[in-house]
Amino acid sequence: MNDTAIQVPQRGNITSVPPATPPDAPRQPLTKKELSADHPTWCPGCGDFAVLALYFKLVEKRKLWHEKIATVAGIGCSSRFPYFVQAHGAHFIHGRALPFASGISLSRPDLHVFVFGGDGDAYSIGGNHLTHTARKNIKMTYVVMDNWVYGLTKKQTSPTSPLGFKSKTDGSGAIDQPINPMKQLIAAGASFVARATHTNPNHLLQMMEAAMDHDGFSVIECLSECVEFYEGAFDASNPRKGGKFETVPASHDVTDEVAAYKLADAPFPGYFGVFYKSGRPTKNALEAKINADARLKVAGKKDWEILQATFDRLK
Amino acid sequence: MSESIVTPPVNGGTAKVSKISEAVIRFAGNSQDGIQAIGGFLARLAGRSEQEVMTFMTIPATISGGPSIFQVRIGSGEVLSAGDEADVLVAFYPHSYEEHIGALRKGGIVLYDSDHVQPNPEWEKQYRHVAVPITSRTVEAIGGTAKDKGKNIFTLGLVAKMFDLNVPKLERLISERFGGKDESVVRSAMSAFHAGYGYSLGEVLETFQFREPARKDRQQVVMTGNEALAYGLIAAGIRFGAAYPITPWSEVMEILRRELPKYGGTFVQCEDEIASACMAIGAGWAGRVAVTGSSGPGISLKGEAIGWAVMAEVPLVVCDIQRGGPATGLPTNVEQSDLNIACYGGHGDSPRVVIAPVGVEDCFYTAIEAVNIARKYSVPVIILSDQSIATRIEAMEEPKLEKLCQDLTPDLSAVADYTPYPLDGTVTPRLAAGTPILSGKYPISTGLEHDEGGHPSGAPKMHLQMTARRRRKLQTLAAQLPQPQVYGPPEGNILLLGWGSTQGPIREAVDRARAAGDSVSALNLRHLNPLPPGLENIFAGFNHVLVVEANDEGIYGYGQLAGILRARFCLPKIIGLNKTDGLTWRVGEILERVKSDVAAGLRRL
Ligand SMILES: Cc1ncc(C[n+]2csc(CCOP(=O)(O)OP(=O)(O)O)c2C)c(N)n1
Ligand code: SF4
Ligand SMILES: [Mg+2]
Repeated sequence: MNDTAIQVPQRGNITSVPPATPPDAPRQPLTKKELSADHPTWCPGCGDFAVLALYFKLVEKRKLWHEKIATVAGIGCSSRFPYFVQAHGAHFIHGRALPFASGISLSRPDLHVFVFGGDGDAYSIGGNHLTHTARKNIKMTYVVMDNWVYGLTKKQTSPTSPLGFKSKTDGSGAIDQPINPMKQLIAAGASFVARATHTNPNHLLQMMEAAMDHDGFSVIECLSECVEFYEGAFDASNPRKGGKFETVPASHDVTDEVAAYKLADAPFPGYFGVFYKSGRPTKNALEAKINADARLKVAGKKDWEILQATFDRLK
Repeated sequence: MSESIVTPPVNGGTAKVSKISEAVIRFAGNSQDGIQAIGGFLARLAGRSEQEVMTFMTIPATISGGPSIFQVRIGSGEVLSAGDEADVLVAFYPHSYEEHIGALRKGGIVLYDSDHVQPNPEWEKQYRHVAVPITSRTVEAIGGTAKDKGKNIFTLGLVAKMFDLNVPKLERLISERFGGKDESVVRSAMSAFHAGYGYSLGEVLETFQFREPARKDRQQVVMTGNEALAYGLIAAGIRFGAAYPITPWSEVMEILRRELPKYGGTFVQCEDEIASACMAIGAGWAGRVAVTGSSGPGISLKGEAIGWAVMAEVPLVVCDIQRGGPATGLPTNVEQSDLNIACYGGHGDSPRVVIAPVGVEDCFYTAIEAVNIARKYSVPVIILSDQSIATRIEAMEEPKLEKLCQDLTPDLSAVADYTPYPLDGTVTPRLAAGTPILSGKYPISTGLEHDEGGHPSGAPKMHLQMTARRRRKLQTLAAQLPQPQVYGPPEGNILLLGWGSTQGPIREAVDRARAAGDSVSALNLRHLNPLPPGLENIFAGFNHVLVVEANDEGIYGYGQLAGILRARFCLPKIIGLNKTDGLTWRVGEILERVKSDVAAGLRRL
């Protein structure tokens, strides 16, 4: 048979250049200007702007570099996020951002993986992926920008639309019981579950930092108002609109799953902050352990020699 | 046993030894009898003896067992298929005897377990019957506790005697196979083997000896198509994969899950096929081609994600181990009916590459080729294997691994600037995430139509140009593919055209037809999308092009490849030869169908 495969140079016609600064040299944090890419296409007043601004702040504050972050999203208004960020990014397909991001996380431990998307993306079409990414505890940070409606497709009922919400698919008001995202996330086994809202930027940034620092699958359920199709949805959580922003009680034990579940039971506007956190090992770490053990047995062998040993057993 | 000197059984005299160049042996029993293991031993032995070997098996779809067969064809010359007719049938039960006697050639030998099978006097006139109390002799040899266990190894001993097989080599294979277990397991296996070997067949039967095979300059390795595919992917440098189990694909993912950690790689079992396609694409996006795979039903689920990989130009390898469809169909049978979904199963215009390996050995090399096309052209490549290649065992020349194994660790050194989708037609490989881009302009990968940098653009001209860009990559590839070689004379009356796993039986059909004086040649395509160059010229040399496929003849009278070829070449002389019985094409079947089609004036419909 043909012993010589087609030789494909690693990067084809792309040429390498020396890095701008030596790898260890101190670097200035990236500015908002350096981080901004396309001009956001969201409606003026959309809650998603706040999430983007705080993501920039996070990258700046925590001195992350363009090349070290991966910004991933599914499909929806909120999912247009990666276009607005100057970094390696992917605008994937509806509901499947998590498995895509898992592929990055599990093969590239050197990257920070951030995923953004809407409530339909997360809890409806992507619901099963959410469950399994949580269960596997794959390291990444996921911000669900929940506006209780399908924004991009112009006002259909979403899995978080409250009963009675009038949409183009529920003319006389939604009749299907909405999902409680916090309960869903806790039950699925997400190892960091927090709740935030776009109207409290300081708190949202705090949550983003804590989520990023968490070694595991960290999720922020972030209320993000759709001013176009669900105006005023979250007024009851916004003190400036006469609502109440109440943080998780200081006495709450974030490692207590049942207590977290109870917190999630509070009627809207409920609590904001970290509901649940667990230090159980990530899939990333568990796979790395399997690999380390397997590598030990083939220590010092080149890849082709490992395969040769397998072939020798097939003779 | 072509070329064998077949003489009637010698009654009472000394057994006769005949030189043969090949033999087809079919074992029929139930799946829990370990029939597959006998086949495995014989195949491995043949591999170690530089003989050619090919096997064929059926496994019941239910886990609780059921009828199962394993057929092995061993030869000193080239073995192209698992053989149409068996020379020897080993029947464990009445149902094995009754259902498979028809697969035995007239005058062939049926070795039956006389503890279970009552021979049929009518058949005794047509086939040579040899009664062996397999069950009781096995129990005698290894003790009565292990119900039904060990019959297979006893039978292996019988066959070893009958075909004068190399006993020390078989003993080594047995101890290798059972070596990891309890000492007593190896001991009873050896006892069973020697009881079978020592069982006196001599009085009733001649024995056979294979002619010395031509010496090969390389050692042989023996494996199934699924193994060859998995190891080919590893050799190619694949270090990440994701999938969901489904027969007959599962074995590939099981091997990769077990083996990849040794190479620092990871294989993830996902919640479904959608997630697994997406995860593999994510890993490919992050810098290294990744693999996903399935069989028909799962391939349907991967469709949307594959479309994204086409649009965003992210490399991906998708294995489709075809089985009978649609829906759950025939989960453990063979069919070549996923060609259309492989080539066209995407929404929008979504050109992707489709390659079909023609046999076990080719699975290994196709995997490497697929990976390299995927990364060179940043495109999804679908490997269309099928149940028959996946499960059969063949001996192949040992690949030169040191030369073949590739390191695909992504290069993350900085670049000045990067344009992922240039409109000048340049084929640009993906730049791995993590690469610093000094211009500060980072690319975005998207499923929306986009401009050269990946930013969304719905401009009519952009969609036109970008659609053409994606199509041109395949046209560029097509121009570089090797011209396929005709098997047999390049001109003649009939060209039998096939793809994938039918290569062996089609070539054997050509050999037989030519030996009978008919003007028949063959062509087997590996590259199905895009098609390789030079087909017009080949077709011009023949009066008729009969496309042999294991799929339905369709509403208009031709199968899936025939349909593609007719659309491409507008030649009415391209005619379909189809079947959907879930079994591989047998050589005799092809010849009969060609004959009846020729008799019908080759005009159907
Ligand atoms: C497979 C598939 N089905 C449907 C759609 C259409 N679609 C796009 S976004 C969307 C819902 C978006 O809602 P959400 O995820 O809540 O995001 P939002 O726009 O509200 O931010 C739908 C149904 C699609 N793009 N792909
Ligand atoms: S439609 Fe709603 S969610 Fe979409 S951009 Fe406008 S305000 Fe935001
Ligand atoms: Mg929404």
